[in-house]
Amino acid sequence: MRERNLISLVIIIALSALSLYIALPVEKPDVIKSLAFWQDPRARDLQIKQGLDLKGGLQVLLTTSIESGQNITGTMETARNIIERRVNSLGTTEASVQLQGSDRILVELPGVNDRQLAIELIQKTGLLEFVDGGFSPPPDGTPISTTYSLYRGLQYPQTAAVGKAITDSGNITNTADLFQTAFTGEILENNAQPQANTGQFAVNFSIKPAAQKSFEEYTGKHIRQPLCMVLDGRVLSCPIIQGVLNSGGQITGRFTAEEARALAVTLNYGSLPIPMKIDTVRDIGATLGAESVRRSVIAGIIGLSVLALFLILYYRLPGLIGAFSLVAFALFSLALFVLMPITLTLPGIAGFLLSIATAVDANILVFERFKEELRGGRTLRGAVESAFNRAWSSIRDSNVSTLLTCVILFLFGNVFGASAVKGFAINLIMGIMMSLFVTMFVTRTLMRLAFYDAKPEMKENKVLLGI
Amino acid sequence: MLFNLIRNRRYYFALSLLFILPGLLAMLYNVVATPSHTPWKLSVDFRPGSRFVLKFNSEASEDKIRAVFTQYGFNNPEISRLGAANENLWQVRTDVTEGDKVQQIRDTLSKSVAPLDEKQSSVESVSPKVASEVTRAAFQAVIAASLVVLFFIWWAFRKAPHAIRYSICAIIAMLHDVLIAAGMMALFGILFNWEVDALFLTAMLTLIGFSVQDTIVVYDRIRENLTRRRGEPFEQIVTRSMLETLHRSLAISLCNIFVMVALLLFGGASIQQFVAVMLIGLVSGTYSSIFNAVPLVVAWAERDFWGTKNKTALV
Repeated sequence: MRERNLISLVIIIALSALSLYIALPVEKPDVIKSLAFWQDPRARDLQIKQGLDLKGGLQVLLTTSIESGQNITGTMETARNIIERRVNSLGTTEASVQLQGSDRILVELPGVNDRQLAIELIQKTGLLEFVDGGFSPPPDGTPISTTYSLYRGLQYPQTAAVGKAITDSGNITNTADLFQTAFTGEILENNAQPQANTGQFAVNFSIKPAAQKSFEEYTGKHIRQPLCMVLDGRVLSCPIIQGVLNSGGQITGRFTAEEARALAVTLNYGSLPIPMKIDTVRDIGATLGAESVRRSVIAGIIGLSVLALFLILYYRLPGLIGAFSLVAFALFSLALFVLMPITLTLPGIAGFLLSIATAVDANILVFERFKEELRGGRTLRGAVESAFNRAWSSIRDSNVSTLLTCVILFLFGNVFGASAVKGFAINLIMGIMMSLFVTMFVTRTLMRLAFYDAKPEMKENKVLLGI
Repeated sequence: MLFNLIRNRRYYFALSLLFILPGLLAMLYNVVATPSHTPWKLSVDFRPGSRFVLKFNSEASEDKIRAVFTQYGFNNPEISRLGAANENLWQVRTDVTEGDKVQQIRDTLSKSVAPLDEKQSSVESVSPKVASEVTRAAFQAVIAASLVVLFFIWWAFRKAPHAIRYSICAIIAMLHDVLIAAGMMALFGILFNWEVDALFLTAMLTLIGFSVQDTIVVYDRIRENLTRRRGEPFEQIVTRSMLETLHRSLAISLCNIFVMVALLLFGGASIQQFVAVMLIGLVSGTYSSIFNAVPLVVAWAERDFWGTKNKTALV
């Protein structure tokens, strides 16, 4: 028995040391990082991740305007994938795009710099056209009318489904303001890439084989003329055709790196399969939360120190053991946050602190029982065992009821995008599990080590055991 | 002596009412007298609209801010100062604002009011549809949580006689805590302009969990003593159980209070309201599990709510 307890003690110390290392905000070697194989490789830095409210960033909730009742699950999933690809192209590693309920998509971009750009990127639902720019192309950003948007007229109809040939039909009245659509975005392979050219940025694109012949014909006829890219009836950019193109080409211009990337994304994922509109936007300043984190951490440390002091003064040796268990509890939990990984939000921190209270509660239930059993005439050794056995039913039942509440909270937060509620619930659920583990393993092992082989006189020692 | 503890239940119940009533009145007042007709001031989480938190680098005035928002077509923006006067932190509530307008408004504010620190500012916009759905879901979550807890206790105490009494009394004690916390929030809404947001909901739902947790610990002891002390009057068993768990109840309550008070004092403005609600709820939860949940079970067994009749019951 003593040997088993010593082995347990070694495990506890090893686990604590490991957890301390994982939880500390130090840069970890790549070898160790690669051990966390279940995490997304791009964000695998083994650091505590801070949520939107702490780090700042953008949260956008999109809803579809399609009437409910239609089965749009598959379509929503496609839209989610497209938005995710668009958002990932922004280069934010912690972006998350989630389906919520049947008709919503929640986009979270912690630490994103250019919010305006991000919102535009998410929102673009659009129809991409290549339009004959004529001799004086409209400036970027101008809204124009095109033959395709008016009557599906295309100079080079791609398939039976996409467009019909432009004829000199009499139904066009104001031809002066009407631009002729050559192609739609359908002709593009979805592999456009931004490229850096000696200080300038360009976008490479390629054309689907089926459309290459028409594209060659068009560019041959319109060489040195502008070809406008139009998204949702608004001119994106009008590059000049510099040569005859066949399988692809390069768009050059006065792009910034950011713009080139955004253009490439638009060329690739121009349109969503379902119209989405922005419903909720939360735009949180980057340093708003940092102060809250700092203060909460200080507050937490003060609160926990007082608590530990109280435990030691009131329960003496068992209280000291309880204080050690609490430190172990905090270390294990933080390590788990890093490993899962769980993104810490302000409510999440609150949930964590409250789970500490649960852990304290379980310990106190045991210590009170321990005292009672001693007063009831048991030996130290007998009292330890029976304290854990008899406290278990109330620890179990009270924690199960909190767990059940947490699960409901989690479901609520998950369905309705109340991510604050969800974060809180996850941390409390984990905390409760962890507190059960710490109480029944760490506290028990330490109590056994302290009291199993104690001399019977110790039972009378008021300094060590309190009243 | 032992008997009096539970016998005096009328005083405990009266004290509870004394704390519940002001809150109820505050909620009633809000429903009748405020334009929104809701028991609490609702934050942007539950009321459609936009909420701008604006951090200026220098002194700003309400009139100037109002002028900018009026310029953009908002007729009656609610403007209030957050934090201390020298922090230059303001909150503006408006109708739902279009995405591209937000940046224009910020730029104009920066130009004509005072330079804006965008890194410390935030904007939230919630549409009517989502706001109403979240509110409905919140109520459903509370009801669902109560029902689940009710059935859980019933099941956990199935071996004790009249298990349903325990679960119903635990739920009453829980509602007591919810009422006190909700009422205080309404009162603080009137006094300090506190708004109910998603965090408040989190606090309430945690309270439910903790209130019941506290109650279960005492009930668990009653359950144990019922088998160990067969034949004793019910009231005596209950009083004994209550006294036996009193140390634990007070100790855990103190521990929670240490953490909560530290958070309240040093935790910063963004979680202050949340922590305050939790603190009120925890104190109320400890009180209600000892002085409501337990005497209620006895009152039910003796069919004597106020403890004025001279009755004893066996289980």
